[in-house]
Amino acid sequence: MPIVKSLRTIGRRSINAVWRIGYATRFFGMTLFYSGLSFRRFQLTVKEMFSSGVMSLIIILVAGMFVGMVLGLQGYETLKRYGSESALGSLVALSLVRELGPVLAALLFASRAGSAMTAEIGLMKATEQIAAMEMMAVNPIARVVAPRFWAGVISMPLLAALFSAMGVFGGYVVGVVNIGVDEGSFWSQMQASVDFQHDILNGVIKSFVFGLAVTAIALFEGYDAPPTAEGVSGATTRTVVQSSLAILMLDFILTAFMFQGA
Amino acid sequence: MSAPLVEVRDVNFAYDSRPILKGINMSFPKGKLIAIMGGSGCGKTTLFRLIGGAIKPTKGEIRIDGQDMHALDRQGLYEMRRKMGVLFQFGALFTDMSVFDNVAFQMREHTNLPEEVIRDLVMMKLHAVGLRGTHDLMPAELSGGMARRVALARTVALDPMLILYDEPFAGLDPISLTVVGQLIRRLNDALGATSVIVTHDVQESMKIVDYIYFIADGVIVAEGTPEEIRASDKSFVHQFVHGEMDGPVPFHYPGGDYRKDLGVSA
Amino acid sequence: MERTTLDLWVGAFVVAGLAALVVLALKVGNLSTYNVSESYELQAHFTNVGGLKPTASVRSSGVLVGRVTSIVLDTERYEAKVTMSIDKRYQFPKDTFANILTSGLLGEQYIGLMPGGDDVMLKSGDEFKKTQSAVVLEDLIGKFFTSSVDAK
Repeated sequence: MPIVKSLRTIGRRSINAVWRIGYATRFFGMTLFYSGLSFRRFQLTVKEMFSSGVMSLIIILVAGMFVGMVLGLQGYETLKRYGSESALGSLVALSLVRELGPVLAALLFASRAGSAMTAEIGLMKATEQIAAMEMMAVNPIARVVAPRFWAGVISMPLLAALFSAMGVFGGYVVGVVNIGVDEGSFWSQMQASVDFQHDILNGVIKSFVFGLAVTAIALFEGYDAPPTAEGVSGATTRTVVQSSLAILMLDFILTAFMFQGA
Repeated sequence: MSAPLVEVRDVNFAYDSRPILKGINMSFPKGKLIAIMGGSGCGKTTLFRLIGGAIKPTKGEIRIDGQDMHALDRQGLYEMRRKMGVLFQFGALFTDMSVFDNVAFQMREHTNLPEEVIRDLVMMKLHAVGLRGTHDLMPAELSGGMARRVALARTVALDPMLILYDEPFAGLDPISLTVVGQLIRRLNDALGATSVIVTHDVQESMKIVDYIYFIADGVIVAEGTPEEIRASDKSFVHQFVHGEMDGPVPFHYPGGDYRKDLGVSA
Repeated sequence: MERTTLDLWVGAFVVAGLAALVVLALKVGNLSTYNVSESYELQAHFTNVGGLKPTASVRSSGVLVGRVTSIVLDTERYEAKVTMSIDKRYQFPKDTFANILTSGLLGEQYIGLMPGGDDVMLKSGDEFKKTQSAVVLEDLIGKFFTSSVDAK
């Protein structure tokens, strides 16, 4: 009976998926529960901030610059039609601070740092380093997972802020220096339209949530990866795919909450 | 003789109702070097993980120093593991730390020793395995044999009373093999510890151990001192010790009619 | 514990990130223009606020002098009650006009203040008595049609 067989497959897959979600939730809970060490010995977290935050700096800065420059060019072309080139500053800043900064920085972070985290933890598991740690009476969640988690959560808003700042600078370079939009109106329009609480703080909250999601997914995928070469590479791919989807979905949900009405 | 350090009493273990170990009884006296041998997939790694407390037996108990390993909570288990050293297959050195930090790892995690004391201790441990000069290197820069010796130094970092070795000889060249074997013996005697080696390397372990258990299909098929094992006339032991191709462990995996598989009907 | 070069890098990263946030807040955002200086509150009633929103700017002669903090419907008069916070540095006469204006054809709506000549200044909690509502495009078009029909 092919129908029964495929039904059975679907059933098994769904049960597996639910099972995995439950396991992931417990893993996330354990990470939070055993987070004490990450702050008592903050050096551990600082070390991971180097590999996730500092190592992502260049790609974030360069990408931010170019995105800002593109926004400057495209925004100018569009605004020119309505004779409101002076609004270029507010267009560049609002799109960066509200959306592109947090979202693009998080996507870059997922592919740069998230995948590296998954691969590292997956390999540590495959080479029995995690098991060895457990045998040395050291909790690997507290010692390996939690510091990476907090490093990612701390780094993400900083990276997003740098991305936005670089983007505004890129938009300024193209709009004001190259095209010749009036510098005064560029900045004043920007300041008049960007609200600290409504736009900047919400952007920071977004990037914080994205950082949480990306690192949680990356660490879980690494920890759950089958201890083989294919297992680790598959987990790395899943990290990038899942965290990208998670970022975009969360972005929709957060935007709907933050910017509705008002 | 004093009470044995490790007692394995009637231990059964099954993965999803597939039995791996059936009624295992063992006792490891203090100060001895014991080998657990058997072919691949005979359940010896499972036994190893049971002794380490990583998994629970389906039936039976394992007592270490009088304590039932699997009645302990997480805290108690961790306390017990601090007195144990485990050398994993291929060493399992932490790849993101230097050799020095690897050996210092447990001292930093479990003690409040000042950094100078840790430094001296690490140097002593590394000296014991002849690798004091490598403390600045990363594990990736070491050869396989050297990495195994560093892992050995890390295993004995806190002077454990029980040391477990999982395939310590796997993938080593003949010289490293002898070096690691001799180190295992020397460290055991110097620390007054009890060591358990899980291995399928007969020749090397025969040279160093005091007692051997043979496991096949989840049961102990033979045990004794190396001399007794060498002289054993049990067919399985004979095949294993002398590395013969066919015997109680068949060369052929059970299959259908050979001629049928080749498409030649009789 | 010793200091390492790694700490230096992470420190630089954190400082740069925080600096970027400060730049965003001060240079890009309007934190510098309305939270730093002290302000007082004024109110105005409009029959129609159109597309005016909280945080919209309040300008006089084109200069930003404050922001709209809230817009509610006053059920006693069935008119929109707009509260705005005005920079302490600027005082306005009692007979100041408050108009809802639009910056450019498609721009945002804001409140424009046209000072009168009264000697008495508005104090915190006072109200603009003279207001002009937002120009609603539909009404405008409606008026245009009726007037053109009349003309015939």
